[in-house]
Amino acid sequence: MSQATQTDLSSGVSTRKMAGGAPQQKGPRFVLGRTAKYVILIAFVIVVLMPVYVLLVTSFKPPADVNPESSWGLPLRWPWESVNGGPTGFDNWVTAWDALAPALGRTFLLAIPAALIAAMLGSMNGFVLSRWRFPHASLVFTLILFGMFIPYQAVLTPLVEMKTTLGMPSNILTLLIVHVIYGLPICTLIFRNYYEGVPIELMEASRMDGAGMLRSYASIILPLSLPGFVVTIIWQFTSAWNDYLFALFLTDVQGGPVSLALNNLAQGAQLANYGAAMAGALIASFPTLVVYIILGKYFIGGLMSGSVKS
Amino acid sequence: MRKGIRNWGPPLLLLAPSLVLVAIFVYGLIIANIQVSMTDRHSLAAEGAFVGFENYITLLTEGRFLHSLLNLVVFTVVFIAGTMIFGFIWAWLLDKGVKAEGVFRSVYLFPMAVSFVASGVVWRWLLNSAEGDRASGLNRMLQAVGLDFLQNSWWNEPVWGMAAIAMPAIWQLSGYIMALFLAGFRGIPDELREAARMDGASEWKLYRHVIFPQLSPIALSALIIVSHMSLKVFDLIMAVTKAIYQTEVPATYMWIALTSNDYAKASAIATVLLVIASLFIIPYLIHTMREEKRSS
Repeated sequence: MSQATQTDLSSGVSTRKMAGGAPQQKGPRFVLGRTAKYVILIAFVIVVLMPVYVLLVTSFKPPADVNPESSWGLPLRWPWESVNGGPTGFDNWVTAWDALAPALGRTFLLAIPAALIAAMLGSMNGFVLSRWRFPHASLVFTLILFGMFIPYQAVLTPLVEMKTTLGMPSNILTLLIVHVIYGLPICTLIFRNYYEGVPIELMEASRMDGAGMLRSYASIILPLSLPGFVVTIIWQFTSAWNDYLFALFLTDVQGGPVSLALNNLAQGAQLANYGAAMAGALIASFPTLVVYIILGKYFIGGLMSGSVKS
Repeated sequence: MRKGIRNWGPPLLLLAPSLVLVAIFVYGLIIANIQVSMTDRHSLAAEGAFVGFENYITLLTEGRFLHSLLNLVVFTVVFIAGTMIFGFIWAWLLDKGVKAEGVFRSVYLFPMAVSFVASGVVWRWLLNSAEGDRASGLNRMLQAVGLDFLQNSWWNEPVWGMAAIAMPAIWQLSGYIMALFLAGFRGIPDELREAARMDGASEWKLYRHVIFPQLSPIALSALIIVSHMSLKVFDLIMAVTKAIYQTEVPATYMWIALTSNDYAKASAIATVLLVIASLFIIPYLIHTMREEKRSS
C-alpha cells in the first residue's frame, strides 16, 4: 500500500492520494461502522447549517408572520405576498439593503486597499526575513509577530487619543491605515513561510549575476509570489470586512463599515422585525462567503499559514 | 564600509516602513497605554497625575471586574473544550477516507468566513431566553422535540450563562481547528502507522503512542490560537447581548469605561488583558523562535 502525502501552502489542505485500497475486512461490522460515520458527519452538517436555515426562512417572513409558534417553520406565504396590504417578505430585504448599501460600498473601499497594501509590505518583509538573513533576524521577526497576538484592547485607548490629537476623521481612511498596520504581522508571517519554500538556488544564481537585493526581489521573487498574494489578500480582505472592534472605536455609523451598519440595524430590531436584521446579516456576509466559495482552498491556506509551518 | 551599506542598506530599506509602524503602533501604543493606566484620568477634565498602581488595585478588588474575569474563564473553558472536541472529531472522521470529504470540510469550515456581528444576529434569536408559549429559537426547538426540561434562559443565567455565549463561538471556530488537526493527521507518515500495526499495536495503542504524540504540536498551536481569540472576545458579545452586566467580559467592560471617558480605567483593563495574553503567547513565541534557529 503506497500513499503519497503532500502539504503545500498554496492549497493549504494536504491531500492523500489513495493508491491502493486499505486491506480492510468488509464484514457487517465494517458496514455498520461506515454507516455510523456518515450518519454522524451528516448530523453535524445539519447542526452547522441550522443558523443558515433560520437566517434564510426568517428573512422572507413578513413581520406579521414572525411569531414564536412558527419560528422554525417555512414562510407561510410567498415573499411577495403581503398580510392585509402590509409589508412583504421582500420588504425585509429592501429595508436591509437601504440600511446597508452605503456602508457596503465604503467597506469595499476599505477592505480592498487594506488587503493590497498590507500584502505588498508583508511580501517585502517576508522576503528580507527569509532570504536575506541578517543578525538577529529571528528576533526581529518574533517582535513583529507579537503584534499579531496582542489583544487589540491594549492599544485602543492611545489609538483613539492619537486619532483625536492628529485630527483624523472618523471614517474609512483612518480605519484603512489601522488595518494595514495591524495586518502587517500576519502578512509577514505568511510570506516568510512561503518564501522559505522558494529554492535558495534561484536567489544565489541572481546574486552571482550581480543583481542586488532590490533587483532580485523585483525580477525573481515578485513574479513567483502570486500564491502568497492570493492567500494574504483573502485573509486581509476577510478580516477587514468582518472587523467590528476597530470600526466601533474609530468610526461612527455615518462613515463606518458594514459591521457597524449591520449592528445598528440588528440592535434596533424587535422580535417582529427580525426579518430585516436577518436579511441584513445575509447581505453583509455575502462578499466573504463568495470569497470562501470561489477561493476556498486559498482561504484555508490563509488560516493554516497563520499557525502551521509549511 | 561601502560593502556594509550594500549588504545592510537594501534589507533595512525594505523592512523600515513596517518596522517603524510596528514600533509605534504596537510597542509605542502599549507603553502609552500603560502610562495612561497609571494616571488619574477618570474624566475628560482630569489632569492625569501619576498614581502608580492605584487603578490596578481598585480594579482587582472590584466585584464587577472580577465578575467579568470569571465570565471570561467560563467562556474560555467551554469555548476551548468545544472547539477542540468538535475539531478533533471532525478531522478524525474525515481522515479515514470519506466520500465527498470536500463537501463536509467546506460546510464545517464556512462559519469562519462570517463575522461575529452577522452570525450574532441569528444567535441572538437562537439563544432567546423566553420559555413556554413565548419561546423561540433553541427553546422552541427543544419543546418541539419533547426536551422541554432542557429549556433555559441561556446567557441570562448567572455564571453558566457564559457557556451559552460560547456556543456561537464554537460553531464559528470548530471548523478551523478541524482544518489544523486534519493537516496534522495528514502529516503523519503512513509508514509510521504501518510499522505500528506490523508490531501488533491495537488501534488504541496506535493512537496513544503514535498519533497523539505526532498531533501534539498542532494541538498546542490550536490551543494558543483559540485561547488568544477567547481573551479578545468582544464582537460576539456586543452582537448577541450588547454590553450588559450578565455577559460582561474585560473587553466589553473596557468599552464601557472608555465610552464614559474613564481613560485610566479603560487602559488598566486593557493592560490586564495584555498581561494575561502574554503569559502564554510569549513562551509560545520564544519556543517558535528557538525552533527557527535550530532549523535554519
